[in-house]
Amino acid sequence: MSAIVYIPNDSAAISIGADQVAALIAQEAVKRSLDVTIIRNGTRGALWLETLVEVVTPQGRTAYGPVQPSDVSSLFDADFLSGGTHPLSLGLTEEIAWFAGQDRVTYKRVGVIDPLSLKDYESLGGLVGLRKAIAQSGSEIVAEVTASGLRGRGGAGFPAGIKWKTVLDAPADQKYVCCNADEGDSGTFADRILIEADPFTLIEGMAIAAVAVGATEGFVYLRSEYPTAITRLRDAIAIAESAGVLGSSVLGSKHAFNLEVRVGAGSYVCGEETAMLESLEGKRGVIRSKPPLPAIAGLFGKPTIINNVLTLASVPEIMASGAAAYAARGTGRSLGTQVFQLAGNIARGGIIETAFGITLETLVKTFGGGTLSGKPLRAVQIGGPLGAYFNSSHLGVSMDYESLAAAGGMLGHGGVVLFDDSVDLAQQAKFAMEFCALESCGKCTPCRLGSTRGAETIEKIISGVDVPANKLLLLDLCEVMTDGSLCAMGGLTPLPVKSAMNNFPEDFTGGAR
Amino acid sequence: MSYPSWSIEEATRVLSPLKNVQGPVLIALQAVQERFGYVHEDAVSLIAETFNVSRADVHGVLTYYHDLRTTPAPARCIQICVAEACQSVGSRELVAAVEKKLGKKIDETYADVEIKSAYCFGNCALGPSAMVDGELVGRANLEKVTA
Repeated sequence: MSAIVYIPNDSAAISIGADQVAALIAQEAVKRSLDVTIIRNGTRGALWLETLVEVVTPQGRTAYGPVQPSDVSSLFDADFLSGGTHPLSLGLTEEIAWFAGQDRVTYKRVGVIDPLSLKDYESLGGLVGLRKAIAQSGSEIVAEVTASGLRGRGGAGFPAGIKWKTVLDAPADQKYVCCNADEGDSGTFADRILIEADPFTLIEGMAIAAVAVGATEGFVYLRSEYPTAITRLRDAIAIAESAGVLGSSVLGSKHAFNLEVRVGAGSYVCGEETAMLESLEGKRGVIRSKPPLPAIAGLFGKPTIINNVLTLASVPEIMASGAAAYAARGTGRSLGTQVFQLAGNIARGGIIETAFGITLETLVKTFGGGTLSGKPLRAVQIGGPLGAYFNSSHLGVSMDYESLAAAGGMLGHGGVVLFDDSVDLAQQAKFAMEFCALESCGKCTPCRLGSTRGAETIEKIISGVDVPANKLLLLDLCEVMTDGSLCAMGGLTPLPVKSAMNNFPEDFTGGAR
Repeated sequence: MSYPSWSIEEATRVLSPLKNVQGPVLIALQAVQERFGYVHEDAVSLIAETFNVSRADVHGVLTYYHDLRTTPAPARCIQICVAEACQSVGSRELVAAVEKKLGKKIDETYADVEIKSAYCFGNCALGPSAMVDGELVGRANLEKVTA
């Protein structure tokens, strides 16, 4: 009987040697005349354990990690194909505390299955939600999504059901569903991992959205920095088309839905929904003034659902298990689960999906294990380049939309980036302004010019020039950018800057740390 | 990576399957760059004529996006992520070390090797991250990226 070995084909795992590990295991098996079937799954999200090799045993999938190419021979010596003990043994994958402490809902198949096996996908609940959806009216589907409390996972947190209803109610000869997969925030990778590990979930979510509002065309705007995700999603779309999940008749229904991947070209601001629409139309990624809302006049002027990958990927399970089961998780108005991403200077980085309301401390200490360097944790940036820098006094904050806003930050796309005590927050604040200057689309003055003036002013503070006056000037500039910018790029760049000043005042006294 | 030299005939062939694409300009520029490694100046008027848009529109798109380049691609390209998560694990120091070893400045144009700033490859738990000739490198260091 052939032993079944799972080795991830996720780009992060490959970046530290998963392909070499897979090749060596195949070679070694031949050398030892052992019958081994290698399945390339996505990552389970424990990136600190990559390359995570799993073997199917009668007890379940048994894990070994992190496996280096040099470990392969000793794994065979330890008879890992039968679950043998080895210094890298982690026991049954499901029982590893890091996984057992999570609540995988949107990510339930991520890392478990072969990403391009529609059979695997269906065997673990795939297409149940879409089958339910095609038997319902558009307003019934929208009501279910609304009742789930699902909010936009891209960062804005707008209720998905309300957005969908606006598109449903907008009369038009053509409607679109667009997935924003322009995951440009540093410290975030949940969209990429989902697309690489379980692309059919996104496809199914988009198909449900299309069926709900009567859209027949869909686009995934995927960033060029994610070449593996681009290839995998295109492959998955082709498989879904030939299986009748997509195309002129979705699962044999009267609904047509065609899906296309469009690749970005290295512009951060194209993650802003109206800039994304411009880019999808082949133009410069300059933001549009709102109104009109994209739900009324979006892509090519037609009513358009625009949601983040995780928002759309949450929908199949909401439809399959019901809104109530989803809404039973979470806290306050932050219902369901959030896929947090632990990143930066962290010992155990990766994906933590759990209900809203977990504390920052549980995330960074219990799951994350503190800093990678072993030095004291000094700062945590939550929510990407436009998110706030927190200090250790904030570790008790509940990770949900409202609590983070009350603490002077934002959840954003759920990225959590750790910094040890070597970080200089004045430099980080300056970088925030420089990044805004680099990526500003240029449409509005506070963002286009304010970012450059902001970087210059912080440089003066660092150099010790008129520090009190320049700090006042910087705060004034931040106010203008916050209140006067057209979109979140200029509007939120002051968030990392001001939070750094507030939470780390000792770094803004002039002179290098 | 080696690319064929610019030819208007070949570019025309590259663009012909895109005739029916809605909003074609960015896709057309990306297709030309994929074929030739960069966007030759003559591609601007070719795309404008092919898709019945103004040269100004094409020029505007070409100069907006970081990915699109107007000079031939270098033989080797090392992109290093310099965004926050990679900063926290030493990407600034990595950039300085690579610049020193190769004797090149980041984000300047060279024919042989270019070092480019990148802003996130989505590999933020295994930083610093780099992309060397299209291959993602996790836990990047001087040896790995200049090997």
